[in-house]
Amino acid sequence: MKTASRILTAFIFIFLFAPIAILIIFSFNEAKSLSVFSEFSFKWYRELFRDEATLTSVKNTLILASLSMVISTVMGTAASVGICRLRSKWYRRMMDTVTNIPMTNPDIITGISLMLMFVFAGRLLGTTTSLSFATMLIAHITFCLPYVILQVLPKLQQMDQSLPEAAQDLGCTPMRAFFKVTVPEISPGIITGAIMAFTMSLDDFVISYFTAGNGFQTLPIRIYNMTKKTVTPKMYALATIIFFVILALLLISNFTGGEKKNSKPANG
Amino acid sequence: MTIAKNESRRTRRGWSDLVLAPYSFWSALFIVVPLAFVAYYAFTDNNFQFTTENITRFFTTVNERDGVTTYTYLLIFWRSLKLALISTVICLLLGYPTAYIMANAGDRAQKIMLTLIMIPMWMNFLIRTYAWMTILQDKGILNGFLTSLGLEKIHIIGTESAVIIGMVYDYLPYMVLPIYSVMAKMDVKLLEAARDLGCGSFSVFKRVIFPLSLPGVTNGITMVLIPSISTFYISQKLGSGKFFLIGDAIEGQYVANNLHFAAAMAFILMVVLLIFMELLKCFTAHLYGGGQK
Repeated sequence: MKTASRILTAFIFIFLFAPIAILIIFSFNEAKSLSVFSEFSFKWYRELFRDEATLTSVKNTLILASLSMVISTVMGTAASVGICRLRSKWYRRMMDTVTNIPMTNPDIITGISLMLMFVFAGRLLGTTTSLSFATMLIAHITFCLPYVILQVLPKLQQMDQSLPEAAQDLGCTPMRAFFKVTVPEISPGIITGAIMAFTMSLDDFVISYFTAGNGFQTLPIRIYNMTKKTVTPKMYALATIIFFVILALLLISNFTGGEKKNSKPANG
Repeated sequence: MTIAKNESRRTRRGWSDLVLAPYSFWSALFIVVPLAFVAYYAFTDNNFQFTTENITRFFTTVNERDGVTTYTYLLIFWRSLKLALISTVICLLLGYPTAYIMANAGDRAQKIMLTLIMIPMWMNFLIRTYAWMTILQDKGILNGFLTSLGLEKIHIIGTESAVIIGMVYDYLPYMVLPIYSVMAKMDVKLLEAARDLGCGSFSVFKRVIFPLSLPGVTNGITMVLIPSISTFYISQKLGSGKFFLIGDAIEGQYVANNLHFAAAMAFILMVVLLIFMELLKCFTAHLYGGGQK
């Protein structure tokens, strides 16, 4: 039993990491070959950093992800506060159902549905190109919101409801009670929600593909366009960089996550 | 005094309605209305007149080749369903034991394995799929490896197997994580109690662990099945565009600007998935009830 489980674990992790390892190795290949390693070189990295379109797409992705993160986190946190205090059962159930839709629907349907509406609205307004940065931002906020709510709402429900009420009884305005009492209490949820929103937005291809205008290219769309034609190992260089950025972020979050448990977050 | 209290309560309620308002508005406008647009486009023609033609086109378009008549879109849909189901089953067979091993490992090992499972998930699936294309190509790494061992080359790119490998690779973490999270939270006392009451390891698994892990399994199944049934990139790259899945068909119609037919197919996909999820819910509820007896 023990050896069997060791073999399975080894197989799973080799299966998961072999392709990534291969990408990393071949990103340092001098030749263009995908199967024969000739000589070590940084050639494809140099090529990558000369590729204006890719660099712009990285910038675009970061702008889009940051904006969707901020907007969905603020709106999602506010929504969670509202949902948490809803008395009406059917309203609450309706909000739950609606919030679940973008998470259970296939991305292609979320993408198509938003695209159809944008195209229709564009028709009504008489514009030829209705898809733009704005439509993409709307789409990203829409699919990020449920992830924020999913993180924040449970934290609110676990929280002692009498705390903000006490603050209000002591003369705080509801606004002030919220920022002084509730926010520090639920901040882990808000932070996780924000991080999830950011990464979902960063990673999304399908929904962006259907809602993006011609002018605005994010990194996943750029990768898609690059892999449409025959590919140079420039792509591998890009993949390698992404891999190490992710690895660094995960290690940092594990590291800081461990610390947070020991020290209570400072108030205020 | 009571009036003042009521007053303050009312302002509090007003405040909480106010903070919910933007999201209510947003989700109605950008979640519910777009879905209505899918139905609207699905049942209208280019002049936005009502028609069921798009739907019937899906069910009746036929393809005649070598004297054999096949239903074009029904075949595509059947193929998507088949490949997605096979991938989901493989993910479950690989993912369930992995989650079990992870949940029973030591704290440190658990944390490391969890991070390792999550890393590929965070890499863009386009890149992951692309990596497999370079591996499975006729002149790719796998065949290079086989040749160096003196073995026969295999042709796998452009086949359904290649697409299944891609789906399993891309979505395996989505099976492992939900099952793991349920198993990690499982109360050890329950397992001990079962053992104290005379259960062997197998019946502890069958009567306690398995029924309790079912919510994770259901979650995992939906999280693998839904993206794999609707994918279009994996089939384009690993299937070399030789056969279509429903995602390809929808994307193709979108590119060709046949929005109404694309909407019709999206609509059908959505309905089928809704039915499937309900069935899955009923099935696990049934199993869960059976396991507790």
